[in-house]
Amino acid sequence: MKKMKLVMVGNGMAGVRTLEELLKVAPDLYEITVFGAEPHPNYNRILLSPVLAGEQTLDEIILNPLSWYAEHGITLHRNKKVVSVDRTRRLVTAQDGTEAEYDRLLLATGSTPFVLPVPGKDLEGVIAYRDIADTNRMIDTARTHKHAVVIGGGLLGLEAANGLMLRGMEVTVVHIAPWLMERQLDEVSAKLLQRSLEERGLKFRIGAQTQELVGDENGRVQSVKFKDGTQVTADLVVMAAGIRPNTELAEKIGIHCNRGIVVTDTMQTVTDPRVYSVGECAAHRGIAYGLVAPLFEQGKVCANHLAQFGIGRYMGSQTSTKLKVTGIDLFSAGDFMGGEGTEEIVLSDPFGGVYKKLVLKGNKLVGACMYGDTADGSYYFKLIREGTCINDKRDRLMFGESNIVGVGHEGQSRCPSI
Amino acid sequence: MSANPSAANGTPLQSPSTKTTRATCPYCGTGCGVLIESRQGRIINVQGDPQHPANFGRLCTKGSTLHLTAADTVTQQTRLLVPMRRDQRGEAPAPIAWDTAMEEAADKFAAIIRQHGPDAVGFYGSGQLLTEDYYVLNKLAKGLIGTNNVDTNSRLCMSSAVAGYKATLGSDAPPACYEDFNHAQTMFIVGANTAYAHPILFRRIEDARRANPAMKLIVVDPRRTETADMADLFLQILPGTDVALFHGMLHVLIADGMIDAAYVNQHTQGFEALQDIVRDYTPDSVASTCGIPVADLILAARWFGAQTPTLSLYCQGLNQSSRGTDKNAALINLHLATGQIGIPGAGPFSLTGQPNAMGGREVGGMANLLSGHRDLSNPQHRSEVAALWGVDEVPAQPGQTAVEMFEAAARGEIKALWIACTNPAQSLPDQATVRKALEKAEFVVVQEAFGTTATCAFADILLPATTWGEKDGTVTNSERRISRVQAAVQPSGESRHDWAILTDFGRRLEKRLTQRTAHYRAGINTLFPYDTPESVWNEHRESTRGRDLDITGLSYGMLEASGPQQWPLPEGAGAGQARLYANGVFPTADGKARFAAINYEPVSEPPDQRYPYSLNTGRLRDQWHGMSRTGTLGRLFGHVSEPAIDIHPDDLTRMGLQPGDLVEVASRRGQIVIPVQPSGTIAPMQAFIAMHWGEEYLSGLDNQGQAMSGVNALTVPVFCPQSKQPELKHAAITITPPTLPWRLLAVAWLPESEALAVREALKPLMSAFAFTSCVPFGREPHEKGKVGVLFRAAGIEAASMDVIARIEALMGIDGVDVLRYQDKHRGQHRAMRMERSEEGLKLAAFLMAGDISAEAWIRPLLQDELVADAYGRALLAPGATPPVAIASKGRQVCTCFNVTEPAIIETLASCQGSTDARLQQLQGALKCGTNCGSCIPALRQLVKLHPATASAT
Repeated sequence: MKKMKLVMVGNGMAGVRTLEELLKVAPDLYEITVFGAEPHPNYNRILLSPVLAGEQTLDEIILNPLSWYAEHGITLHRNKKVVSVDRTRRLVTAQDGTEAEYDRLLLATGSTPFVLPVPGKDLEGVIAYRDIADTNRMIDTARTHKHAVVIGGGLLGLEAANGLMLRGMEVTVVHIAPWLMERQLDEVSAKLLQRSLEERGLKFRIGAQTQELVGDENGRVQSVKFKDGTQVTADLVVMAAGIRPNTELAEKIGIHCNRGIVVTDTMQTVTDPRVYSVGECAAHRGIAYGLVAPLFEQGKVCANHLAQFGIGRYMGSQTSTKLKVTGIDLFSAGDFMGGEGTEEIVLSDPFGGVYKKLVLKGNKLVGACMYGDTADGSYYFKLIREGTCINDKRDRLMFGESNIVGVGHEGQSRCPSI
Repeated sequence: MSANPSAANGTPLQSPSTKTTRATCPYCGTGCGVLIESRQGRIINVQGDPQHPANFGRLCTKGSTLHLTAADTVTQQTRLLVPMRRDQRGEAPAPIAWDTAMEEAADKFAAIIRQHGPDAVGFYGSGQLLTEDYYVLNKLAKGLIGTNNVDTNSRLCMSSAVAGYKATLGSDAPPACYEDFNHAQTMFIVGANTAYAHPILFRRIEDARRANPAMKLIVVDPRRTETADMADLFLQILPGTDVALFHGMLHVLIADGMIDAAYVNQHTQGFEALQDIVRDYTPDSVASTCGIPVADLILAARWFGAQTPTLSLYCQGLNQSSRGTDKNAALINLHLATGQIGIPGAGPFSLTGQPNAMGGREVGGMANLLSGHRDLSNPQHRSEVAALWGVDEVPAQPGQTAVEMFEAAARGEIKALWIACTNPAQSLPDQATVRKALEKAEFVVVQEAFGTTATCAFADILLPATTWGEKDGTVTNSERRISRVQAAVQPSGESRHDWAILTDFGRRLEKRLTQRTAHYRAGINTLFPYDTPESVWNEHRESTRGRDLDITGLSYGMLEASGPQQWPLPEGAGAGQARLYANGVFPTADGKARFAAINYEPVSEPPDQRYPYSLNTGRLRDQWHGMSRTGTLGRLFGHVSEPAIDIHPDDLTRMGLQPGDLVEVASRRGQIVIPVQPSGTIAPMQAFIAMHWGEEYLSGLDNQGQAMSGVNALTVPVFCPQSKQPELKHAAITITPPTLPWRLLAVAWLPESEALAVREALKPLMSAFAFTSCVPFGREPHEKGKVGVLFRAAGIEAASMDVIARIEALMGIDGVDVLRYQDKHRGQHRAMRMERSEEGLKLAAFLMAGDISAEAWIRPLLQDELVADAYGRALLAPGATPPVAIASKGRQVCTCFNVTEPAIIETLASCQGSTDARLQQLQGALKCGTNCGSCIPALRQLVKLHPATASAT
């Protein structure tokens, strides 16, 4: 019999993982077509930082080579940005006019970097940090220029800053929040991180508000100007002030969006049951996830429904973070800030450069934040996800699954205080 | 600067700038002579005086560390250096001028005397005062004010011995001398743990036994002490049954015909009456009363009577009893009946507890005594003293003795108290009453060297007194030997000599009590014409003329030229008298000694169902009284590091307790919380707490929210009707495990210039918990100048973070080098301050709260100053098992050379031959017990416990 048609818009990690899951359970159900705006096959976006840092090459981070698409009879349209969808005719049209019909449509358009709406944002040398192209431009600039400013002291910004520094640039990180990675770290651990990064050579402007990017006569950025009037020389400015779900297409075709493409627990859009969405573009129960683990969970659920098994629901995810800066061990998961109704267990070791905070609610672990020793991160994350009762192990919980500590996983700044 | 740099390390080495001064040790009644070395007005070392007949150059752990207790760092942190006044009780006192202080004191005393009469004031002194201090104190009360309310802590110490001697021999005079140890064939030690309380005498006993292996040593004690361990025969009697034992022995002596009939006939009275009584004390009944085997009783009697000469040594076991006088007299009965007195190697020899209790007795500084061994009750004696002093009379009405004085103050009858050189808020029984007295008294003056005693907290006026190394005068030791005490250094701060303070006070009071001074004999314008201690002493000397203790032939000059002398030493005599009563003539009307026909009476508070245990108290080897001096040295806590109650191992098991568990110990008068430990020295249903642990070291809040006042919260105020000495050696108590699950332990090495001040600063926090103890530790002189402080607490629930933070701040557990773990809701809190050293990271201080089981390995890590690099964050982990094996140095046995038990046991494995031979090899190898020798009994036990390994043979 004739196969159904599945069209996926977006060729990123979440979407392709969904296809992999689908092919596992229903290899022959669909005739699959994929549109990707980038020229590359699916690659591991998370590993762009190591590439920038010169620790890995682009080939090494490719997840699905072109051969994979061929093997599974997937039609891949690279470099083709989808511009419209006719949901009554169930027809997808790309910029270059390429068309594809669908029975099911999977929107996996991911996210776009947030660019500060400041004067000079369009100057030459001002870029976002999102894909291979951005990464290459940074690598090239590092060869020819000296001063870089990274706007945004979050996960991505710090990784970019670290990479540029390793490529020989003098890097200043501008961060508007009171401490770095405020969504992944509490103040104590953030300060430890900052001190350790400073020791490596990064400079920071914490709490500084960017007012304008100043350009030279050639239209290239030359400095960043702050509200307090001070300036920092910059011939490269990387915008890493966060991402926004890419809902441009979805909104255009009348799919309900609210800080992301609104989906149900089955990853179907609330607007059109034939249209699914996964990844950074999808808003599930009000949350658009920016980390890979939850997106893979979404993919699994979505694939199951595309396969018409109709079982499995996505209930949301507990997220955990690791900063991919070599030598800096940092981990946070769940409600690591604690507060009302929670209890905290805290350990600090200035000699080991280690800080750990476990947040408990009742008899369960609900959050963890660790700096300098993340050996037990996965253990805590497991306890958090599974909501294990920890009453019996509370007094030893801090000392890890094996109850043995003090072995390895030391932070860089061994004696930051002296 | 020192002309001789090599002397800068405080070695005994002489150098031009080093001055050596002769004095005596301020601790026990042995009266050891010391040579104090000082340079530039600072005491740098102390040695035993080789020429002093009490110790011939030896010193014990306490004596040999005296110079450390006089170090500037200790003085600055613990001494009272300026007069102070408290505007409000409970507030911190503020410095004032001497003149202001003395004027106020004189005004207050004069006003109270005028309004309520002379008996509304009381003076409470000490057996640690010098004879001169004592004399002025006595004259002030009885001569000027006209009250006999002057007593001293000797009442807690020797008054039963005094009364016992007077009741039988007619006068308060120990007839024997130390030299008798070398002649005795049988040594009978009763109620005395000589190995701890008189270590140097115990060295002499060991020497005597070595010289005469045939000598029999009998020890009688409810506890198997280190002294008992040395005995050929040990009688572990039930508490308070001494009189029954002595009567039982006399019964056997009579039955076996071992009575010296001739002596009894010629030199004694009242034997028949006694005989009638002891007839009923059959060996079987006595054995069951005392809880000892009949055979042992009989053997003891036979050795006593047959293997002569027999010398008895006794101390607080007989004295601190509601029947103290009877116990003393019943023992003296044995000596009279067997004629074992007045001959070399024989006699009832009372060992004095304090360095100058004897001197106090000589000047009559007690509520019932008068100068020169005179009696208040004797009109003749009263007029003699009145004549000597030049007053028309001295009061006849006996004054209030120690316990009575504070009971009277608690009732409001005594309104002003003058306390000198003693710490009643630590040492008197039934602290509840004592504290009530101190709070109720309208005016309290405390004349003290140390500002750290519990009593200081109750004073309205604090007067700084001189102390060891600064004092000038004389003392008399247990064998009636008077020694000169000379000052090595100037008084610290503004402190003044006790005799001078009392003289000044007397003169100011004379101006205010004109109706008293009006009756001075013509030509006398003051009772206090003293400008030197010698001028005081010369007056005292005159008061002895013609008395049994006549020292009219003695002078400061003679003491300085020919050394210490025994009394009597009347005018014309060239030397003192080693032994008394050689001629069998006693200082009684008819020259005959009296047998005491008395019956055995049990302890005043026998154990019952509610209070089933018998509590005994006594000394530790390395501590002294309230520890105001010994407590300043961490190294003196090496022997016993923290307060504890000792009980029999079976009782511990029966109560389901582990060593170190906290127990609540309660008597009818009060309670304390204290760690429990099993001890083979204790008999079942008995218990022992060292007398030293007052609220300064052991406290907490009781059920009524009152601060607990240490061991004497439990003891009974009941005293002997004759001697008025309280029964500190027995109280009925109950022992129950309290529910105090939350524990706190903070331990820190601190600079020696701060440690003791920190301990003082921690004191207010000692009543913030249900249980607290706070002690120093360490080993002065520490190579890095550190002294340790340990603070232990327990409670029903976790203490507030604020309290914990205060403790951490005080103990230097703050700053950036601190590892921390905190689970606030579980009350779990651990903080470890690390310090870098050449060898690596070391633990400098820690506080753990909640679960402190990790103490087992963390504490050795700190105290032994081991490298802690290997631990990292594991230092914060709970549990008693170390994450990395620890090589702890173990318990310190030899304080002088810091030799620990593991080292000794290891060495013993290769020591061959007899116990003595192996002990010698051990001492050769490790030097342990070769300095003061106080640990030799302990070493001997270890030698017996750890035979040489086969491989080493």
